[in-house]
Order: sequence, then C-alpha cells, then structure tokens
Amino acid sequence: MSAQAEPAIAVENLRVLRGGKLVLPEISFQVGRGVVTGLLGPSGSGKTTLIRALVGVQIVAGGDVKVLGRRAGSSELRPRVGYVTQAPSVYGDLSVRENLWYFARVLDAPRERIDEVIATVALQKQADQVVGTLSGGERSRVSLASALLGEPELLVLDEPTVGLDPVLRRDLWDTFHELASGGTTLLVSSHVMDEARRCDELVLLRDGRVVAMTTPDELLRQTGKNDLEDAFLALAEAA
Amino acid sequence: MSARVTLATAGRVLRQLRRDRRTIALVLVVPPVLLALFKYVFDGQPRTFDRIGPTLVGIFPFVTMFLVTSIAMLRERTTGTLERLMSMPLAKLDLLLGYGLAFALVAAVQAGVTAAVGFGALGLDTAGPVWLVLVLAVGNALLGMSLGLFLSAFARTEFQAVQFMPAFVLPQIFLAGLLVPRERMAHALEVLSAFLPLTYAYDALAKATSDELGARLAFDAAVVGGCIVLALVLGATTLRRQTP
Repeated sequence: MSAQAEPAIAVENLRVLRGGKLVLPEISFQVGRGVVTGLLGPSGSGKTTLIRALVGVQIVAGGDVKVLGRRAGSSELRPRVGYVTQAPSVYGDLSVRENLWYFARVLDAPRERIDEVIATVALQKQADQVVGTLSGGERSRVSLASALLGEPELLVLDEPTVGLDPVLRRDLWDTFHELASGGTTLLVSSHVMDEARRCDELVLLRDGRVVAMTTPDELLRQTGKNDLEDAFLALAEAA
Repeated sequence: MSARVTLATAGRVLRQLRRDRRTIALVLVVPPVLLALFKYVFDGQPRTFDRIGPTLVGIFPFVTMFLVTSIAMLRERTTGTLERLMSMPLAKLDLLLGYGLAFALVAAVQAGVTAAVGFGALGLDTAGPVWLVLVLAVGNALLGMSLGLFLSAFARTEFQAVQFMPAFVLPQIFLAGLLVPRERMAHALEVLSAFLPLTYAYDALAKATSDELGARLAFDAAVVGGCIVLALVLGATTLRRQTP
C-alpha cells in the first residue's frame, strides 16, 4: 500500500482517562488525506482529549493512534503536524511578529513565511503589536498563524473559529479549503453544528463515542432533516 | 538538539525581558542598592561588610535568576506555550540551554553593575581577582536558574512559586556560612549545610575574594557545576511531552 493511500489519521480502540474519568471509552475512526474533516460534538464530548491524543501530548490508557503512518507523538511527526490549542498558546509579552519569528526559527521555516502567515490570518495591521494587548479573537489567530509557519502535512485545530466575527470565520474556512486543495489534511473541531456544512467530512462525537462518520450531505439525507443541528439531534437520540 | 533553536530560545527570552523594562531596572538596581544598605547597616562593624560584601556580588544573581526562572517556566506551563513547544521539533536541551544562555548574559550584566558599584563607589575591597568573582556570579546565576527550573514543576500557581524563594533559597543563605561560619552552627546544621549547593557557591566566593585560589576553590566550583547539571537533568524530566 502506498503512503498516499493510507489514511492521515487512523485511531483504533483508543481509551483515555483524565482525572480518573473515562473520557474516551473506546474510540475508532479514520480521517482521509487532503480533506477538511470536522470533529463535531457538544462541549465535554471529548474533542480536546481526542485531539491531544492525535498530536501525541495526551497520556493514553490503550489503543492505537497512527498519524501519517506513524505512531502519534513520535519525534518524526513533530515537524509534519501543526497543532493549535483551544486557548491561544503564544507569548503575551511579545509582538505578533516576535512570536512568529521564534516559532519560525524552531520549525526552521524561511523568514518570508512570517509575512505570509500574518496575511493568511489578516493581522497585518497588528503585526508589531504586543499579543497581550490584542483581542481574544486576534490572539487565537496568532496561535493559528504559528501553526501554519511550518507548512505541516496535517493541521489539527481545536475550536479555531470560536469568538470570531462571521466574515473572518468565512475567510478562515476558505483558507482551510485552500490548504486542503494544496494537499494539507485538516482536522477542525467545533461545538457549533452550523460549521459542519463547511467540512468535507464529519466525525460526530458524543460522550466520548463516535456517533457517525459521514459527510454533511449524507448526514442530512440519512436523517431526512434540513438542518445539521436537527440531524445531529436525531442521531444522538437514536444512539 | 540544535544551535539554531537554542539561540532562538535565548533571543526570545531576552526579547521578553526587553519588553519588561521595570524588571530589567529591578534586576540591575536592586542588588547595588542592597549592597549599599548592607554597608550602612554594618556602619559600626566595617570589617563585617568587608567580609560579606564581595561575596554578596556573587550571591545576588543566584537569588534573582531562581525567582525569574521559576516564574518564567511556570508561565510557559500555564499559558500552553510549553505544550506547543513540546509538540514541535524542539529538544528539551534547546529550551534549557536557551534559558541558561539568556540568563547567564543577564547575570553577567547584573554582577558587573553590582561589582562596579561595590568595588567602586562603596569602597569594597577584594584580595582576589574581580573577574573571578564575576565568573562565579554567572555560575551561581546558572545554579539559581536550574534549581528554579526544576522546582517550578512543583508549583501550580505564581503565589506558590514565589514562596519557594523563602522556602528553598533563604535557608541556603542562612546555612552557607555567610552570616556565621558553618563550624559555629549547631552540629546538625553544619552537617545539613554540606548537602546544600549554595554552601559551595558561597565558599568558592569566600576563597576567591580572600585570594585563596587553590584546590578547595576548584572543588567548590566543581560541586556547583555538578549541581547545575544535576538540577538541569532533573528539570528536563519535568518537561513532559505527554501529560495526563
């Protein structure tokens, strides 16, 4: 089997305990390459825990997580996987540009990438502003820009569009699809079902279990609903 | 491990400091002011000031860097930047050495300013070479940094981290022989002090400032060096790629 034919993410019987609680009882799913997959589910459904397991920062209790054909968290994956945490993880006492300069050096990304990613997240005007003085939405865009620097093959984003204005949210989704058409695989989590329609594929999560692996159209057809929110409800109640 | 990432980390830490002018001012002004305070506290016993003063030049960086590093590492943990770095192609040693490089530089400037004020304006005198006091001061800064780095893993909040100063630094200063020679302490404390790194850091400074540049000084310096490496190794084990 060629490397391209392999799924970007293959999770088998993953079990995760956090604080003595079984957050992911036993979860299995796959994510295809070069598409935008939405990881959707309500708050507390285990999205962040699952994402942490995929990028290899979560201690897991069992199961098998393969990312780009490697065991999740292996050092070989670190330059190939970009990870954006839910809370923006950037240095509040540095400017936007200084943050990106540092992460670019760590990733060995060329200097030109800094201006490119600043443009991608539309922060040109704030480039020399100290991150601590930015709004919450702007700060999360700095965090996203940092993950884009290294042009990773897989980009994992934990609720990247929370608190953004609708225009910017649409622009970001356009960016995600541009990246995907360039061959990047994206996994984007959200608790807003409305965002499901912007994804190529969906993984629906509830109480640490996969409720469905589908596409937005398929989900609507299958449940006979007109609205993704209603469709999710129908599935969740049937499960 | 890569020189590029280590240097970038050092540059980033210095940039963060540069944005914080007040901290720079405190780091550079407080030690000479305290030294002046000591001079006039011991106004009636100038010989005590002459004995303690030169060694203080080398002790201040230990205290400063212990505190600064504890808080800086705690922030890296609580803001998620450490988790980001741990998911990037960055070796733990790059992070530790980057911090070490940045703070060694700051410590050198701090000790230089303190020494200039002490040996200049305050009329301190040392029998030994001043450059050696500065070298030991930078070594002590690295000792403070590595201990702060390790201990910060056990603090969950900045309140706790700040309390580690009186908990772990002050006892070492009391027992190092700086206030009272170790052999005049209660025997149990004298024994205990032999297990504390600052005891050797102080002894090295005392030997250097009295121009006893012999085997004992070399031994002290080696113990301090060993403690730095040990604390850094222990500190590295607290930088986890994976967390619960």
